[in-house]
Amino acid sequence: MTDQLARPDFAIIADWIRDGSRVLDLGCGDGTLLGYLQRTKKVSGYGIEIDDEDITQSIRNGINVIHMDLNEGLPEFDEDSFDFVVLSLTLQAMRRPDLVLQEMMRVGTEGIVTFPNFGHWRSRLQLALKGRMPVTAALPNHWYDTPNIHLCTIRDFEILCRRLGFRILERRAVDHVHKRSLGLRLLPNLLGQTALYRFRRAASA
Amino acid sequence: MSQSLPADSVGLVSPQTLHFDEALTLASGGTIAAYDIAYETYGTLNEDHSNAVLICHALSSNHHVAGYHSPDDAKPGWWENVVGPGKVIDTNRLFVVGVNNLGGCHGSTGPSSTDPATGKPFGPSFPIVTVKDWVRSQVRLSDSLGIERWAAVIGGSLGGMQVLQWSIDFPDRLRHAVVIAAAPKLTAQNIAFNEVARQAIRTDPEFHDGRFYDYNTEPVRGLRIARMLGHITYLSDDIMREKFGRDLRDGKIDFDFDVEFQVESYLRYQADSFVGRFDANTYLLMTKALDYFDPAADFGGNLTKAMAQATADFFVVSFTSDWRFAPSRSREIVRALHDNDLNVSYAEIKATHGHDAFLMKIPHYLDVMDAYMDRVAREVGT
Repeated sequence: MTDQLARPDFAIIADWIRDGSRVLDLGCGDGTLLGYLQRTKKVSGYGIEIDDEDITQSIRNGINVIHMDLNEGLPEFDEDSFDFVVLSLTLQAMRRPDLVLQEMMRVGTEGIVTFPNFGHWRSRLQLALKGRMPVTAALPNHWYDTPNIHLCTIRDFEILCRRLGFRILERRAVDHVHKRSLGLRLLPNLLGQTALYRFRRAASA
Repeated sequence: MSQSLPADSVGLVSPQTLHFDEALTLASGGTIAAYDIAYETYGTLNEDHSNAVLICHALSSNHHVAGYHSPDDAKPGWWENVVGPGKVIDTNRLFVVGVNNLGGCHGSTGPSSTDPATGKPFGPSFPIVTVKDWVRSQVRLSDSLGIERWAAVIGGSLGGMQVLQWSIDFPDRLRHAVVIAAAPKLTAQNIAFNEVARQAIRTDPEFHDGRFYDYNTEPVRGLRIARMLGHITYLSDDIMREKFGRDLRDGKIDFDFDVEFQVESYLRYQADSFVGRFDANTYLLMTKALDYFDPAADFGGNLTKAMAQATADFFVVSFTSDWRFAPSRSREIVRALHDNDLNVSYAEIKATHGHDAFLMKIPHYLDVMDAYMDRVAREVGT
């Protein structure tokens, strides 16, 4: 049976997650990723979501979904409860991305974050030439109706990781079809539309 | 004249009664030598008896969950919104059992039943029953119905507490636990409300220490006040404002103690309709069962340890305006479940209705319940 994933960044995340591990998926949406991981990697765990329709859909998709506001942190989870904590395309919508990242590293051993890279050349070009907030395939909303309140670039994110004491284990920058090219490897911040990171606490092995 | 019943209702139903001769030893140390349990069923039990769902009732309800007892019934069962053909708890797919708890006053043995030893109603000599006792009596009902394992045990409020107790005491006998608008134990404030309600009943001159049956009377005043108090706590400030505001019944203030505000009229109506259909001693028993409920007590007060007994998959639901069993109380349950790595989903429903929201037709509530119950039904292949 082939299991198709609608969002290509999910395929990379799934690659990074070990079979049978415990996963917390923050902002799990309709539960597609966690459902896929349950079926193909025998993972267990929970999705966290705040949107009503996504919660209903997650339940339909057979995952454990817990209604929670990520902006309030993860106080109900103990330290080191999960092997992986995933935050896919949600960081930029958080009130305090730094606090969410810290919470991820408190409850999980490894963190996986994906976000739309604001350093992508299209964004840069639109801002530079038009003098307006960019609207791109990865960032389709206008500045006034976007859920994305804390956009950052690949460079910004790496600086924050260093400041928080995270050790980056793996980084990928992909274009809109989530392919990697030589250019992407050389100039990720310029050419990457979506950034994917896997990290842990610097102190741990 | 008989009217036609709605097509999405289970329609006409009749309560049934099972008699048990085996004595039930209670958590209080007392026993009930023999007893009846009243119940209703909707839908069809499948061949391997795997599609059965038990619905546990809240404080003042009973086994009449859905459908009508007669074509002239003004009101259907208390969870008609949810239980029926094609509804959230789909009687085309699931076999649904509603049960009336021991101590009740609608067919199961309770204080108003005749004590065979005296030929008179049990009254105050009916022993205190707890959630644990109810669950054990429901296990016996399950055995009699040939149901080894429920596809789901479901309940709201005090019913949700029974579901929790089921999952701890008989983990092998339920596949899913659906806990709605419940709490792992009452707060002091909750117990305080219950005590005021009980005091209203017990200090009514017609209460006669619970022997009011002998005097052919009932503590109407006390029961009315208890019900009014309960009603205030089951609603929210918002819904009361929405429903009644400060509207005056006659459009002007009369400066007297008759009904002036619409909300007063509503409370009096609710109180009146409760009297005559609910037994005062049963009300005392049910509120005590609420107060005593604390499954963690057997585990050093540690709810996580208590829930470690459970193996069911859980669905926990709370309502934002429920201040009697607030969402934070449901989250305590959720936490104890995921601390044990159990499968649990949790939905917090935006609702203005207060605690009573679990009986209402709230779209998101019905949606999530439908999604979860679809899972339950699919698992048993229906």
